[in-house]
Amino acid sequence: MHRLSIIIILLYLLSTAVYIAYFFFQKKMTREGGYSFLLAGFIVHSGMLGYAFIMAGALPASNLSENLSIVAWAVAGVFLLLRYKFDLKILGVYAAPLAALTLITASQLPNHPPEAVNLFKSFWLTVHVIAIFIGEAAFALACGVGIFYLMQEHAIKNKKHGFFYKRLPSLDLLDSTGYACIVVGFILLTLGLISGFIYAKSIWGRFWSWDTKEVWSIISWLVYVALLHQRLTVGWRGRRAAIMAIIGFCALLFTFFGVNFLLKGHHDTFTKF
Amino acid sequence: MKPNRAEIVLLGLNHKTAPIELRECIAFSKEETADSLLKLKASSSISELIIYSTCNRVEILMVTSQQQSAIDAAKAHISEFKRIAVPKFEKALYVHVNENAVRHVFMVAASLDSMIIGEPQILGQIKEAYRIATTKQTSGVLLNRLLHRAFFVAKKVRSETGIGDSAVSVSYAATELARKIFGDLSGKQVMLIGAGEMAELAVEHLIRHRVGTIFVANRTFKRGVELADRFNGQAIRMEEINDHLKKVDIIISSTGAPGYMVTCAHVKDSMRSRRNRPLFFIDIAVPRDIEPAINRINNAYVYDIDDLKGIIDENIDERRKEAFKAERIIDEAVIRFQEWQGNLDVVPTIVDLRDKLERIVKTEMEKTLHGLKHLTESDHSALNRMTDAVVKKILHDPALFLKSDGCYGDKAVYMDMTRRLFRLDEME
Repeated sequence: MHRLSIIIILLYLLSTAVYIAYFFFQKKMTREGGYSFLLAGFIVHSGMLGYAFIMAGALPASNLSENLSIVAWAVAGVFLLLRYKFDLKILGVYAAPLAALTLITASQLPNHPPEAVNLFKSFWLTVHVIAIFIGEAAFALACGVGIFYLMQEHAIKNKKHGFFYKRLPSLDLLDSTGYACIVVGFILLTLGLISGFIYAKSIWGRFWSWDTKEVWSIISWLVYVALLHQRLTVGWRGRRAAIMAIIGFCALLFTFFGVNFLLKGHHDTFTKF
Repeated sequence: MKPNRAEIVLLGLNHKTAPIELRECIAFSKEETADSLLKLKASSSISELIIYSTCNRVEILMVTSQQQSAIDAAKAHISEFKRIAVPKFEKALYVHVNENAVRHVFMVAASLDSMIIGEPQILGQIKEAYRIATTKQTSGVLLNRLLHRAFFVAKKVRSETGIGDSAVSVSYAATELARKIFGDLSGKQVMLIGAGEMAELAVEHLIRHRVGTIFVANRTFKRGVELADRFNGQAIRMEEINDHLKKVDIIISSTGAPGYMVTCAHVKDSMRSRRNRPLFFIDIAVPRDIEPAINRINNAYVYDIDDLKGIIDENIDERRKEAFKAERIIDEAVIRFQEWQGNLDVVPTIVDLRDKLERIVKTEMEKTLHGLKHLTESDHSALNRMTDAVVKKILHDPALFLKSDGCYGDKAVYMDMTRRLFRLDEME
């Protein structure tokens, strides 16, 4: 299993390198190359996760290492899907290294076999974990798109048409892609939270227990609610939407990492190492 | 080298050597070009001929074995045809021979010699000139090959360097910017305030990107209606401008008015009902029509004429850098062309032909001998002598023909024919 991880990391890293080359030289071959390596990495990664799932009968999500591996898989997967829908191939230069770094971090963390596997053999927990992580991947990409948007907007507003201006796509494309990511992420995050509550009810007998992780999840969720609400009512788009996407992702990151290390909660056991 | 070897000679003037008055005076129309081709071709010293004339250059490309008399004939023709004394234009003329002429043609076709480097029209103009020359049958083996190579080089330069990538006109730069903001321009609504050549050009550029309705506001409503008709748009009154800010996406302004036509307050107002959809102002007017502070409003972008000119200057620098890369491609092509031209001589053609025959004989012999193991060493040498004699005998008559004056007129035609018949040049 470990050797497989290394192969996946290598594929993601190759994809990163080729995408960076694409960013600089803008050659079609590099673009397709970056995509192919990422796709190959994603397929092997899917296989590895699927195998682990079948062998254990439960999602391999019992510690931070395994969780991060799923996140890396989701980032690659969401980007590959996004690539079909939107003509935003340059985002590979953000998605590929993100997937690679996440998986490298995962591989460096201790990965002890879980003690209470039974905890994970629940339908609701599986839904919870998958929905949350794919949602987070979508938000991660929304954040990347938001950063691209701010860079491109800066270039246009300040009339400095340099390196990035030429390589980044139109503001409209960045804005609509970011919006699509947020919508997908939001739906999945909501689904993940609901399934989490249902699972909590079945385990601890109550939906809500003022656990720090729960509170921070709701805070992140509310950031996205605010963003979507403003967009639908007064048409918050462009710069504000991009900044909110970045803030929202920071809140999510804190929920994911910060809460584990700084505060305590019942996600402790499987999101800490 | 023999004294009467065919040479490629180019004689011409361009925007660098001749002022516009002189270029206007000497420029050839299509009919005049065709006419001149026939007249000049009649002179005994010129065996092949192409003339191209654009607003920035007039060039006569010839193949001749008597350089000086061909040049004199060309000068005399210009003088006579255009009724201008030779001394009046002689100083502006440049003459390139062989390698330099080939390089010059490649540079021109690849738009490296243009006033605006990388402008795309020149290639089409040369193609048209070549077409005329072929219909008048004034182009031959050398110029056919040269022009085909030039088209190939031009295409290669365009695809492998960024020479034509960036906008170098105000209207084009504005359209490019609009595309960076809106992505797809189809269906985007445009408002033109005032009129003017540059503004109208910009609108035409936008129309090519299938923009939606075009509103035209003009101080005199009648003029507005005329313009609107031209763009298939709709004329509005000046008082309606602010109201229309709510629905249009791109505003091009070019009035002579002293104050701002659109102010910050107007834009802030309309942004609410636009639900923050982006607004792009192109302000071509001096003094400016659009309040510059609008650029600081979210989702509103203002470019004035200086901003656009700044972009164009940057882009022109960019093109110059790319032109540097292009010259490498051209150097290579010049060398390749000269190799080809050198091979058109008698000796290399016969040598190549003999090599090819010997190669064929050798491989076939090896194949055959492989199956005939019982032959002795002396059998082998007898067979070799036989095949050598066959090659020699086959080569005898063609070599004699090519070397002698059996081929009248244009030797290059026969060399080229021989090389093509036996496929002596590697295909590209």
